[in-house]
Amino acid sequence: MMLPGTLALLLFSYLPMAGIIIAFKDINYTKGILGSDWIGFKNFEFFLKTPDAWRITRNTILYNTAFIALGTTVAVLVAVALDGLRTKKLSRFYQGVMFLPYFFSWIVISGLVFALLSTDLGFFNRVLFPALGLSPINWYVEPAYWPFIIVFVNLWKYTGYGSVVYLAAITGIDPNCFEAASLDGANRFQTVRHIMIPLISPVLIIQVMLLIGRIFYSEFGLFFQVPQNMGPLYPTTDVIDTYVYRTLVNAGDIGMSAAAGLYQSAVGFVIVLGSNLIVRKLDPEKSLF
Amino acid sequence: MERGLEARALFRPRAGGQIVVHVIFVLICFLCVYPLLLVLGISFSDETSIAIHGFSLIPPKTSNDAYRFVLRESNALVRAYLITIVVTVVGTLVATLTVALYAYPLSRKDFKYRRFFAFVAFFTMLFSGGLVPWYMVCVNVLKLRNNIWALILPYTMNAWYVLIMRTFYKTNVPDSIIESAKMDGAGEYTIFFRIIIHLAKPGIATIALFNTIVYWNDWWLPLMLVNDPAWFNLQYLMYRVQVNIQYLSSMAGSLSGVSADILRRLPSRTAQMAMCILSIGPIIFAYPFFQRYFVKGITIGSLKE
Repeated sequence: MMLPGTLALLLFSYLPMAGIIIAFKDINYTKGILGSDWIGFKNFEFFLKTPDAWRITRNTILYNTAFIALGTTVAVLVAVALDGLRTKKLSRFYQGVMFLPYFFSWIVISGLVFALLSTDLGFFNRVLFPALGLSPINWYVEPAYWPFIIVFVNLWKYTGYGSVVYLAAITGIDPNCFEAASLDGANRFQTVRHIMIPLISPVLIIQVMLLIGRIFYSEFGLFFQVPQNMGPLYPTTDVIDTYVYRTLVNAGDIGMSAAAGLYQSAVGFVIVLGSNLIVRKLDPEKSLF
Repeated sequence: MERGLEARALFRPRAGGQIVVHVIFVLICFLCVYPLLLVLGISFSDETSIAIHGFSLIPPKTSNDAYRFVLRESNALVRAYLITIVVTVVGTLVATLTVALYAYPLSRKDFKYRRFFAFVAFFTMLFSGGLVPWYMVCVNVLKLRNNIWALILPYTMNAWYVLIMRTFYKTNVPDSIIESAKMDGAGEYTIFFRIIIHLAKPGIATIALFNTIVYWNDWWLPLMLVNDPAWFNLQYLMYRVQVNIQYLSSMAGSLSGVSADILRRLPSRTAQMAMCILSIGPIIFAYPFFQRYFVKGITIGSLKE
């Protein structure tokens, strides 16, 4: 029964784990992977000495921090607001519309963003900005705007998804808690602050923990497709995942790419274990494992 | 309980507050669909009028050239559509069955190694070998390059879906049913395919829907494992078209006269937007039917155990 699944895990997850030796070798195709010379941490040395190493690490962590803080806050706010609606039909309708972007591929989203931001044809430069009396912006060349664009696009895609999670948690709260709050004369904001938020916190903490565990990873499509892999934007859009891809495919530098990839996995692993350990110390119920 | 619900209703904002919240939601929903409507408008625009007026929601001059171009004059799109459909159907079946079969024993308390196998799946969420070794295994060991399996097999297992499915079995399949089926002499496979699958239908439907979206929207596997245009799927073809337009328009400046003129008249930008619409069309139509399954799946997935 478990054979197909076990086989798939072995082939696509565990066999590549054995392949981390590539990062410690000077890969030579004629000698093969096992026959290539061991060079210890040389690949890592090269990688860490490039200015890229710092840049991609900083970008990855800053973006994820923004996603976690802003994404979670907005999703919780939307869920609280949805719960506050008296017409359930409309509530479900809004939820459905907000969920829609979740189903779009990054290729499609890249097209949608391009329709808005294209320098010579885009909605912003041709319609909105002239109407507001602003001068056009060369979006795909100016890295300064991209942190905002990326964070907004991420919010746009995932708010619907996140709010579903938190709305389910809010709906699951025992109604008697609200009665107790109203008997004590709590107003609406006090109820949200002292009843809702604490009662959905187990779900909240698990969700945030999952995101923190992935803080060294980014969604490749968001950072590769949406800025359309434009070189001038790398200072603010390049993350570890896009770097690993480019180094492998464009530069063909297997050793460096493998080293950057292992750097990501290893540090990511330490972060996941560390954050879980801290949470388990504080409250064993809320740790991931 | 009654009074609790009453207090709950009382707690919701009153008329004035309701209107404010509705207005905010209408604005958010507008933000969510506006880019989509814009792309729809562009796809039905005339290419030359776009060059003059830029992209706008309401086409300055309507035309269905873009759709005619992508549907009729390029076999590539039809082929890519077919590949996407085949990959989505086969992939969803294979991946969903694999996950359902792997997760079921993990939910059984009488399975001795359930902790071990749960860990084997879970660990893949914590650590991975990285892109380079994965690529080498796919291409060099498994020969997944330029064939249909390259677009299907790498996604067959997903630890996250396994955990959701396990929770689903645990909460929806009573032990007593398995016990009594065993008393009647049913084997494990008979129990699974005759009984469990029916009890777990909503869970399996959820995983199947997740997988459908994954396969339908995939462009990552062709990006890594395909370079023969014969195996381009819909999303990847769109990506290639976008890259080509980028390349051509960077060339356009250096071209002059007739060739630059031809380039300008190709419905390239409108065609790109028409492809976007064609690729999300099926999802939007199917969406109302599977919305509730998604909500259920996400809700289960957000709980620990």
